[in-house]
Amino acid sequence: MSTSADTLLTPAVAKTQPATSATQESRWVRWSLTAIALLFLAAFLFVPLAAVFTEALKGGLALYWQAITEPEALAAIELSLLAALIAVPMNLVFGVAAAWAIAKFDFPGKPLLITLIDLPFAVSPVIAGLIYVLVFGAHGWLGPWLIEHDLKIIFAVPGIVLATVFVTFPFVARELIPLMEAQGGEEEEAAIVLGASGWQTFWRVTLPNIKWGLLYGTILSTARALGEFGAVSVVSGHIRGLTTTLPLHVEILYNEYNFVAAFACASVLTLMALVMLAAKSFIEWRTRLARSAA
Amino acid sequence: MRRTTILPGFGLALGFALFYLGLLVLLPLSAAFIKSAGMGWADFWQAVSAPRVLASYKLSFGAALLAAAINAVFGLLVAWVLVRYPFPGRRFVDALVDLPFALPTAVAGIALTALYSSNGWIGQYFAAAGIKIAFTPLGVVVALTFIGLPFVVRTVQPVLEDLEHAVEEAAASLGASRLQTFTRVIFPALLPALATGFTMAFARAVGEYGSVIFIAGNIPMVSEITPLIIISKLEQYDYAGATAVAVVMLVISLLLLLTINALQIWSRRRASA
Repeated sequence: MSTSADTLLTPAVAKTQPATSATQESRWVRWSLTAIALLFLAAFLFVPLAAVFTEALKGGLALYWQAITEPEALAAIELSLLAALIAVPMNLVFGVAAAWAIAKFDFPGKPLLITLIDLPFAVSPVIAGLIYVLVFGAHGWLGPWLIEHDLKIIFAVPGIVLATVFVTFPFVARELIPLMEAQGGEEEEAAIVLGASGWQTFWRVTLPNIKWGLLYGTILSTARALGEFGAVSVVSGHIRGLTTTLPLHVEILYNEYNFVAAFACASVLTLMALVMLAAKSFIEWRTRLARSAA
Repeated sequence: MRRTTILPGFGLALGFALFYLGLLVLLPLSAAFIKSAGMGWADFWQAVSAPRVLASYKLSFGAALLAAAINAVFGLLVAWVLVRYPFPGRRFVDALVDLPFALPTAVAGIALTALYSSNGWIGQYFAAAGIKIAFTPLGVVVALTFIGLPFVVRTVQPVLEDLEHAVEEAAASLGASRLQTFTRVIFPALLPALATGFTMAFARAVGEYGSVIFIAGNIPMVSEITPLIIISKLEQYDYAGATAVAVVMLVISLLLLLTINALQIWSRRRASA
């Protein structure tokens, strides 16, 4: 797989070279640049992160526990998890299919397809919600038909799932396309020549090769799915205990000036985000390790 | 590209991908264009050029531009420090840079509001100097800076890591000062990545909603962003008006997406040159 030139020129080697003074800044410059960078990150990352937990625990542990275990909060957590649990696997299957077609085959219009896959990232979350209202809402294309058949998509759980699918659409595909392009098709071709079926080749050869990339994309989409606000807000209808996801529950509590409860629920979301970040860092560390061992 | 492959599954994979993309993304998006096409030019123009809507474009694009510029400067600095200067806890800081990607925007919104309001941890010092941040357009810039923070760092960082030391040594041995080496050798190499990161941060910030609405104060004509205009039109059941404004934003987003693609091609070409 990896060429010998690749292993000779790893950045790790370059980094351990003794830095000569001609290509190194003075100690004073280094320290002040590091200090400015850390100060900027503190103002925009570290302090806000700390603020979530301080504000959440302002009323004491008992109040905190009460805020995150009251029925509406639990229902919101459940709905957030449900939406992620449906949307992420859907996009996973799409991502693998799209990456298989794009990375292993040549066809006209490929760059256009890649751009279209990226499209949901460029669209404002509010517009992502709006377009589903235009299709499925009471005055939308399918509205009258849905009402006739007593089906509810907008202001109901299916709408929330659809909005979540839209905002997490590109993650897995984007992760897999460059990975599978770099791996090429030789290993799969060898499996086919040796008599494996298409599915056997996929499960035994392709999947083990892409599993880390797949997991990476899954983590990114799950994080986004659990936290989506704008798109879900448009299609949810904010029916408490029924169509409020955890981020929407935070908004409701905040707008009722129930700050401690709002930050308590926000801290749950923050913990989920930190778990996702840790998992992401772990995969990056593993991939780097595998690459330097190759 | 070379191969005519013997691999199976092309029809199934591409067919499914196109069907899924069409059904869930392209068809609903086309609904916005079709809906606004049905409303007539005069109504459309009136909806997208009302004074309150124009003020919101100015805020959304102005604040997004300013936030992306802040991120370009500080993102470059953060990437530089993370790659070049080892310091204790660097791995931890490096991992936390992605926090804005993982943290729900509503959480970011209320946390930043708590910090930057006049009695917050950070806002109190600015309030003492007579500067109000939360509930003003400045607050919008703060939220959008948070949202766009990882983009520049993550586009510049890999390019900086791959930059060959020998080039800098050559510049130094030819008599360039460290600053000259940076402005003449390093910065031009980073420029395509920097421009890509800037445009990505800008594109993300223009459409951002969740983090902004808490800190903005949402005063019409002053601190009301365009996505909020869409929401409030929807809440008044003005679907046509909401869609018209959405179409304006969609067209701009598409142009930004094409710009990002062009910039990425430029980056790749520069990297392989």
